Amino acid sequence: MIWETVRLAFQAILRNALRSFLTVLGVVIGVAAVIAMVTIGQGSSEQVTASVESLGSNVLILRPGRAMMGPGTREDAPAFRLADAEALEALSVIDVASPVTSSSLTAVYGNANATTTVTGTDMSYLEVNNWPILRGRGFTAAEEKAGAAVCIIGETVRQTLFGNTDPTGEVIRLKSISCEVAGLLQAKGASSFGMDQDDVVIVPIRMMQRRIAGNSDVASIRVALAPNVTTDRGIRDIEALMRERRRIEIGKVDNFSVTDMKEISSMLTGINNVLTGLLSAVAAVSLLVGGIGIMNIMLVSVTERTREIGIRLAVGAQSRQVMTQFLIEAIVLSLIGGALGIILGLTLAYVGAQVMTIPFSPSLSIIALAFAFSAVVGIVFGYFPARSAARLDPIEALRYQ
Amino acid sequence: MAAPALIELSGICRTYGKGEAEVRALDGVDLTIRKGEFVAIMGPSGSGKSTAMNIIGCLDRPTAGTYRFNGADVSHLSRDQRALLRRHYLGFVFQGFNLLARTTALENVELPLIYKGLPRAERARLAAEALAKVGLQGREHHDPSELSGGQQQRVAIARALAGGPMVILADEPTGNLDTTRSREIMGLLAGLNRDDGMTIVMVTHEEDMAAYAHRLVTFIDGRIESDRETAPEATQ
Ligand SMILES: Nc1ncnc2c1ncn2[C@@H]1O[C@H](COP(=O)(O)OP(=O)(O)OP(=O)(O)O)[C@@H](O)[C@H]1O
Ligand SMILES: [Mg+2]
Repeated sequence: MIWETVRLAFQAILRNALRSFLTVLGVVIGVAAVIAMVTIGQGSSEQVTASVESLGSNVLILRPGRAMMGPGTREDAPAFRLADAEALEALSVIDVASPVTSSSLTAVYGNANATTTVTGTDMSYLEVNNWPILRGRGFTAAEEKAGAAVCIIGETVRQTLFGNTDPTGEVIRLKSISCEVAGLLQAKGASSFGMDQDDVVIVPIRMMQRRIAGNSDVASIRVALAPNVTTDRGIRDIEALMRERRRIEIGKVDNFSVTDMKEISSMLTGINNVLTGLLSAVAAVSLLVGGIGIMNIMLVSVTERTREIGIRLAVGAQSRQVMTQFLIEAIVLSLIGGALGIILGLTLAYVGAQVMTIPFSPSLSIIALAFAFSAVVGIVFGYFPARSAARLDPIEALRYQ
Repeated sequence: MAAPALIELSGICRTYGKGEAEVRALDGVDLTIRKGEFVAIMGPSGSGKSTAMNIIGCLDRPTAGTYRFNGADVSHLSRDQRALLRRHYLGFVFQGFNLLARTTALENVELPLIYKGLPRAERARLAAEALAKVGLQGREHHDPSELSGGQQQRVAIARALAGGPMVILADEPTGNLDTTRSREIMGLLAGLNRDDGMTIVMVTHEEDMAAYAHRLVTFIDGRIESDRETAPEATQ
């Protein structure tokens, strides 16, 4: 009998396709929103985690000025020099210290040009960032020392300038400098800040200073601590050395900052989680609204179908059977809505992940949750309309026009 | 008439509303209908014909009085028990056909059989038989919207027949049909009564239609005004 009722429910649903569609719409949107939000949220969490891991060992960034984070120097703090990086590297707590200066420039090859970030640094920078060279070679010590016009390009720049062809050995122009492409970096994807990390041209720091910037400044120093050195100890030693080198008197504040990358990343993860939570809450509300929509339409359909209910009662249906029919109809509708919502949600999440270049990581638990929710919505919001349908007086129902 | 009584109403009253606004739709009705009878009920509008039919059909309960159906007192049955009675023993034909829209003739006729719990194949067979009986073979898969009024009423009669009821209750079955269609429907009902011994109770406003019955009961103001045997018109 229950299968019979399910079959009847399907029949009724198909018979009133438009009404069924409208009923389902709310749940579809609700479920899709929840799944898309949570899946994208999870993907971006994974992205943050991955970028934390890609930092490898303890990485700290030194910048002039007191800015706690964010790019650029504030105040009139003097820039670093190459010697600062060398002195830092000599510290026992430090494994490597890479000087970094970046500038936005246009790279030209033939007719193609790409506005990109040119970063002057040394080979250890790539090492600290776990960033392998896919094709070609890195800078030689001689090239680094001489500030030779060579570069290593990121995948995005390669695509813009060379397409899929091998760029190594070609010569590109940066400003007016002809620069040989020595190597191609492995693609890295977007950072947790959403920046395209592959949109980059790496040159030796000395080449950057002399031929592009025209000074001997170093904008920031990226430091990898030696293994087994705690971040606190590392920061203490670095600060002591830099205060000395920058001749900061006792009692005066630092005119440079040391930022722990992991801290930023974990903060980002936190923000990310809060955002995901908020969005999920919004999505959950929309799911609830969808449920109320089902209830409304089912209630309206009780009125609309009063005569049908009357006919069924007249030919011998018991209240309970009419009620079961309406209830099953609501459940079937919300389950269909749930299924469509899952498909739509996953599709949206997939497209979103592609656009934002974050991993697409659907979780089974959220899908199960959304599905269970839509079933509950169907039962809860289907119950009341079903009850009022079953309570109709057969004569009144039959007389209804 | 030695046939056993099927429907026995005694002292049936049905009032609507309370106090000042009270309406006595039925005011002490005594009526016995035996198996195999074909009874026509007539009377002015508002005289309580439909109210009486609803009570006979167990769609409604009397306010006072006793209703015995097939020997059993059914005046005090619960909603669900009355539903069971309708399901197994009663067939309805309404003035407005009351077919399910966007539902084929066959599915409409199957409706009472679903509630009887019959398996699908059995239902389809019985429904097709009932449709054949009312002369609608070949129309099984038509929607009501694709059928004429007369054909729709035939579907409704087939639906009333399909469950194998003890009585068919028809409240103005020809009220929405022209004379030719009305005569066809009446011929069908008269045939069921004559050939199958089906008990039929029918409300009508038209003398012509009442003439098909063997007995004419007239209602006025909630009471039975007259009740007499009639010689059924020679039909077909
Ligand atoms: N649900 C109701 N509430 C209040 N009064 C009702 C209700 N149903 C019927 N009545 C009243 O009961 C009386 C009998 O109604 P009923 O429908 O039985 O008349 P009828 O003989 O079938 O009339 P008609 O020939 O017009 O169909 C009428 O006065 C009517 O107004
Ligand atoms: Mg009436």
